[in-house]
Amino acid sequence: MDVAQKKDLYRKMLYIRTVEERIAALYPDQEMRCPVHLCIGQEAAEVGTAMALRGDDWVVSGHRSHGHYLAKGGDLNAMMAELYGKATGCAGGKGGSMHLVDLAAGFLGSAPIVGSTIAIGVGAALSAQMQGEDRVVMVYLGDGAAETGVFYESLNFAALKRLAVVFVCENNLYSVYSPLDVRQPAGRSIADLARVLGMESHGADGNDVEAVYALSQAAVATARRGAGPVFLELATYRWREHCGPNFDNHIGYRDETEFAAWEKRDPLRLYADALVGCGAVEGADLVDVQANVSRAMDQAVAFAKSSPFPDPACAAAHVYGEDFEGPS
Amino acid sequence: MTRELKYFEALREAQDQCMALDKRVYVMGLGVPDPAGIFGTTKGLQEKYGANRVMDMPLAENAMTGIAIGTALTGMRPVMTHQRVDFALTAMEQLVNQAAKWSYMFDGQHRVPLVVRMIIGRGWGQGPQHSQSLQSLFAHIPGLNVVMPTTAHDAKGMLIAAIESDNPVVMLEHRWLYGISDIVPEPMYRVSLNAAHVMRAGTDVSLIGMSYMSLENLRAADLLAERGISAEVVDLRSVRPWDTATVLASVRKTGRAVVADTAHAMFGASAEISATIAEQAFADLKAPPVRVALPEYPAPTSPALSANYYPGAGDIAARVLTLMGREVDDAVLAPAKGQNHDQPDPSFTGPF
Repeated sequence: MDVAQKKDLYRKMLYIRTVEERIAALYPDQEMRCPVHLCIGQEAAEVGTAMALRGDDWVVSGHRSHGHYLAKGGDLNAMMAELYGKATGCAGGKGGSMHLVDLAAGFLGSAPIVGSTIAIGVGAALSAQMQGEDRVVMVYLGDGAAETGVFYESLNFAALKRLAVVFVCENNLYSVYSPLDVRQPAGRSIADLARVLGMESHGADGNDVEAVYALSQAAVATARRGAGPVFLELATYRWREHCGPNFDNHIGYRDETEFAAWEKRDPLRLYADALVGCGAVEGADLVDVQANVSRAMDQAVAFAKSSPFPDPACAAAHVYGEDFEGPS
Repeated sequence: MTRELKYFEALREAQDQCMALDKRVYVMGLGVPDPAGIFGTTKGLQEKYGANRVMDMPLAENAMTGIAIGTALTGMRPVMTHQRVDFALTAMEQLVNQAAKWSYMFDGQHRVPLVVRMIIGRGWGQGPQHSQSLQSLFAHIPGLNVVMPTTAHDAKGMLIAAIESDNPVVMLEHRWLYGISDIVPEPMYRVSLNAAHVMRAGTDVSLIGMSYMSLENLRAADLLAERGISAEVVDLRSVRPWDTATVLASVRKTGRAVVADTAHAMFGASAEISATIAEQAFADLKAPPVRVALPEYPAPTSPALSANYYPGAGDIAARVLTLMGREVDDAVLAPAKGQNHDQPDPSFTGPF
């Protein structure tokens, strides 16, 4: 990997971190009137995987999708406007944070019913196969999704048809407040489950962006050459509360010690230290990167705030396609 | 010469013609390519179009529905088939949260050209989980188009229209209609997915129904005609959206409405239609709307228990006679000669 690629990995992680921290800072203003599920702490898993994709590859995601959308190249202004409920939002204000979309960037959509979009992503891969296209679909899911029926049904079919899917499971140990050990048996990894369902499967440190990127490049190549789906389980940690801008280590379901251990393994700081340590970049370069992404976020927030709200008369639009005249 | 096809043959021809015309169309469902071919509706299609376009599937209705949605979002036109409505319940999450929502929640950037065929079972002891008629569950959801063709003619035209539609269409096909013939033109044609059809004109009462109950309404209209009552029969064809204009025009003309549903009355299509009539045509009514529907318990299995489960033409005619202050004579309620209550005709036997 050359220095430009390394800097790009870092820049994308910092971009997502900056966006999420700004959302957290602005959220108490109560102008973003929709739930937000922030991905601070999980940036390496998101950037390392998405950077392995081509522009025309497709992505689907769940409720915690800001990072996936931005890593795939989703438009930041449109995302922020969507969070503010504006007409210029990526879903015209109909979706909010949990329903991001950017078709030009190959981000097909996100939806917060855990597990549900796994099937939709597999279907997109079936389309690609039927259409003779070599595009890959990346399906993002969390550890909780591995408990849903649709997970097994979807992986079974992807393996059966050798579809070009890379499943990315960000295991952040919690489903809302419920820890993994009350939901899944000890000693059985999610990666193992995927393997017995009939696909290549790997577990890795989700906070090591270069390791994630290397693994993802291999997985995407395997899927693209028709050798079947690949599953990646990436160990990581969500720093903030499940839904909302705050830290919640004090409320009793996890503790400061656990958080501090993961904070020490901050994917951004780890990578910044590595880049400076090996002489790939200088500390001053990283400051420049921060200034650039902060400026982009300033502009996005200004764009979102100054955009108009959608016309209330549009509330009933698009329940059906335009071909369909008649009462809804 | 006018050509006749049976309902199941009309459905097969619709899929055949759509697949011949449009490479994006594919068919999937449990048993689609098996020797019986979903009661004949998909028979021979795999031989003609191959296993990629006419595919069997794992017993995974929920994910397979999501997968069908995923293909619909990305350029394909899936036709999914369930051998019973009841099986589709495992896919409600995908149908309600995803299929019905992706157009709306992404502000029209996505379309979901998905058709889901579901067969309503009845008779021969199919019982509580193979006989449900659940149109009101689907019809409650904005974004779904729920259709219930009655005739072979409409079955072909509506299935073609459904496959060509950019919306998710749930098509409920009553198993007792499959063997009934109608004039079905051979060229492709479309029948509207949201327009009712006046099957018979009349002046004294509007008999409103859908699917198999529209046939019972036609028989009821015959019974009433013998007794000097002129009944108009309105076949809904679509239950979401439903054609309020045609129904209200009929009721305003006759002043009386009997709504016959293949499902339960409570919170059902007959309730919605009756409420709309009461709200919008009250001044024209000579009597309150009447609902004819299934009793409020699941379909029993034993022929002894199911004998009185399904209301028929006699029950509908009797309700009309009562509504009009007439005597209900014994002949109205007498079962048709030589017919068992759990078979549409003697050729219909189990197992299925």
